[in-house]
Amino acid sequence: MEVAALIVFDHVGKSFDGGRVKAVDDVSLHVESGEFLAIVGGSGSGKTTLLRLTNRLIEADRGHITIEGEDVRAADPVALRRRIGYVFQSSGLFPHMSVAANIGITPKLKGEREADIAAKVDELLDLVRLDRGEFRDRFPHELSGGQRQRIGVARALAAKPKIVLMDEPFGALDPLTRDALGDDYRALHDRLGLTTVLITHDMTEAILHADRIAVMRGGKLLAEGTASELAQSDDAYVGELLGTPRRQAERLNALLPRGGA
Amino acid sequence: MSLFLTSFLADPRWGEALAHLPDYLGSHVRVSVTALALGLLVSLPLAIIARNRPVLRGLLLGLASIVQTVPGLALLALFYPLLLAAASLTLAWFGFSFSAFGFLPAVLALALYSMLPVLRNTLTGLRGIDPSILEAAQGVGMTPMQSLTSVELPLALPVMMAGIRTAAVWVIGTATLSTPIGQTSLGNYIFAGLQTQNWVLVLFGCAAAALLALAVDQLLALTETGLRTRHRLRTALGGAGIAALVAATLVPSLARSASSYVVGAKTFAEQYVLSALISQRLEAASLPATSREGLGSNVIFEALVNGDIDVYVDYSGTLWTNQFHHVGLKPRQQLLDDLKTELARQKVTLFGELGFENAYALVMPRKRAEKYGIRTVSDLAAIAPALSIAADYEFFSRPEWTALRTAYGLNFREQRQMQPDFMYAAVASGEVDVIAGYTSDGLIAKYDLVALGDPKVAIPPYDAILLIAPKRADDQALREALQPLLGRIDIAAMREANLRAAGGDGDASPGAVARWLWEKIKSEKTNR
Repeated sequence: MEVAALIVFDHVGKSFDGGRVKAVDDVSLHVESGEFLAIVGGSGSGKTTLLRLTNRLIEADRGHITIEGEDVRAADPVALRRRIGYVFQSSGLFPHMSVAANIGITPKLKGEREADIAAKVDELLDLVRLDRGEFRDRFPHELSGGQRQRIGVARALAAKPKIVLMDEPFGALDPLTRDALGDDYRALHDRLGLTTVLITHDMTEAILHADRIAVMRGGKLLAEGTASELAQSDDAYVGELLGTPRRQAERLNALLPRGGA
Repeated sequence: MSLFLTSFLADPRWGEALAHLPDYLGSHVRVSVTALALGLLVSLPLAIIARNRPVLRGLLLGLASIVQTVPGLALLALFYPLLLAAASLTLAWFGFSFSAFGFLPAVLALALYSMLPVLRNTLTGLRGIDPSILEAAQGVGMTPMQSLTSVELPLALPVMMAGIRTAAVWVIGTATLSTPIGQTSLGNYIFAGLQTQNWVLVLFGCAAAALLALAVDQLLALTETGLRTRHRLRTALGGAGIAALVAATLVPSLARSASSYVVGAKTFAEQYVLSALISQRLEAASLPATSREGLGSNVIFEALVNGDIDVYVDYSGTLWTNQFHHVGLKPRQQLLDDLKTELARQKVTLFGELGFENAYALVMPRKRAEKYGIRTVSDLAAIAPALSIAADYEFFSRPEWTALRTAYGLNFREQRQMQPDFMYAAVASGEVDVIAGYTSDGLIAKYDLVALGDPKVAIPPYDAILLIAPKRADDQALREALQPLLGRIDIAAMREANLRAAGGDGDASPGAVARWLWEKIKSEKTNR
């Protein structure tokens, strides 16, 4: 490997309950700069734990995680989190802050000037395709689920991070919103040259949006590769994960008559 | 009805009550606000520190709950000896002392009292925040302190404010009980009113305290909704109201100048009358006087020794047994002489006797006493096992009671404790058979009761004596102003004065009765 990967997981392990539960078990994985990696697995597979280890929301027991060649354990955790965008499963917006305050929180914590933050907030609202004037002063409880996740994405991007970590960001949304948001984010990823790690339990979402997919089960990394590489895998679980969307697609094709064109 | 209302409002006691309002209300607000501020200053950081520490959390809430189970009056009273001990320690170690009387013990006890609702609600509020919000705060790069100040506290605010409001109402209500430890408060109305059966005063004190509590509660509510709904005007109005209250408390009480003489009074009508009499004599001699009324029996002497009050009337037997813990009794004059020597050791001046005795005596209706042929406590002892006895709250734990029981072999069927003012009516109506009354009480004559003789001299003499604080020991002006009172008040005059004070009408105020008493003293002087 001639170019050092942006994020490297090197034999990473994490246990809970005094070692009884191995949430992440000896995982080694690379994420290249500019890459969109999806980590797929069921609940309890350790995928969310792996993501939280990356920006030190929790600390790893074993192994090393490096970002741009620097061991995260050597970094100040607060500074580390400020330079990594994070999109939370349930949006994680602060209910007592306006949309603008939520989006601008990380720049504000970094001490940027109010005027710069306000300009940035408007730009980010454009970026996530929400009307500036309409949304800036609203509060989270006045928004729909999809709008809230768009704000969540805007907040993650506010400090101009190279890396965005997403924890099942679209899981709770209706299929149409989810699809639109997934496509919009992928476009942002390409346009801004981001490196994204997306956690999802939905293989279809992973295949449609990610460059590369890692499959986790019981804390272990089962397989990784592009969708077509994974299709070659002889692991039964991986096969099952890929088989389901394919079967669904075939049945849908059969059931839905091709219209118009 | 309207006639009743007009005469009710025309009652001169309203005017008397209103005249005290600036002083009482100001002091009440001052002590309540200081206590609440201190309570918040301690409770909020403690709650924040304890929020993620289960053991500390349990310990704090447990301790605060225990404090809450202590009755307010007892908690306030406990702080007095505690601070007194602390003051003598600081004097011994660091060379300075402080007053353990009034403001300080009241503030400390009330602050302690305010802690439970603040601690509990702050902990509940902080721990009730959705963990995903806390993770988000961490995830966007907040330090623990930033997460606390910009996410956790704002989100917990409504629950915290509910606790603060509860604490404010409790503190303002309980502050009425700080009167007996020497802190002027709206409780002065209530205590004075209860002792002199002046229900107008009691009502006035209760209503004033309730209105104050309501006002503070509403101001806090206004601030809270303002903060929560980001309504600037509301926040500002509530904040301004609270700031105005605090500012008002910082304006020193206009009624009291530092050089004025402070006259103390215990918690019963006779003491209110005598303190009013002393104040009037001082003012007649152009000496400014203020009074601290409704002081607990144990507090008042220490307050005199420490110079928190300058002069008050005590009773020889009370000091002999309670203050100096003597077991044996001596003949009246010898006891007075010994007392004088002992008081001098604490630099307290026994200025002289007023001329009457207010002793404990076993009292029963004259008709029943005659029917059973009971003249003395010895006669009573024979039938006592069939009878019930009532006394004030302290009598049964006083040495006199032990002495009476041992001397006469007294043993009653039932012992009850009562508010002194209700005892006489209770024994007159047959509710109880015997009471431990006070010989100078006017109600003895009013209800046709008789005080039983004490042939074995089990009860010490209780001469009313004027005591002067160490710092006023050489004050000739004070002595001259009080000299005319010495030996001039006989038991008949005091009984009548006490009866008047219990009259329950406009002429029954301690001040009016004291003026009557002074007129009587003067006329007897000229008659002689």
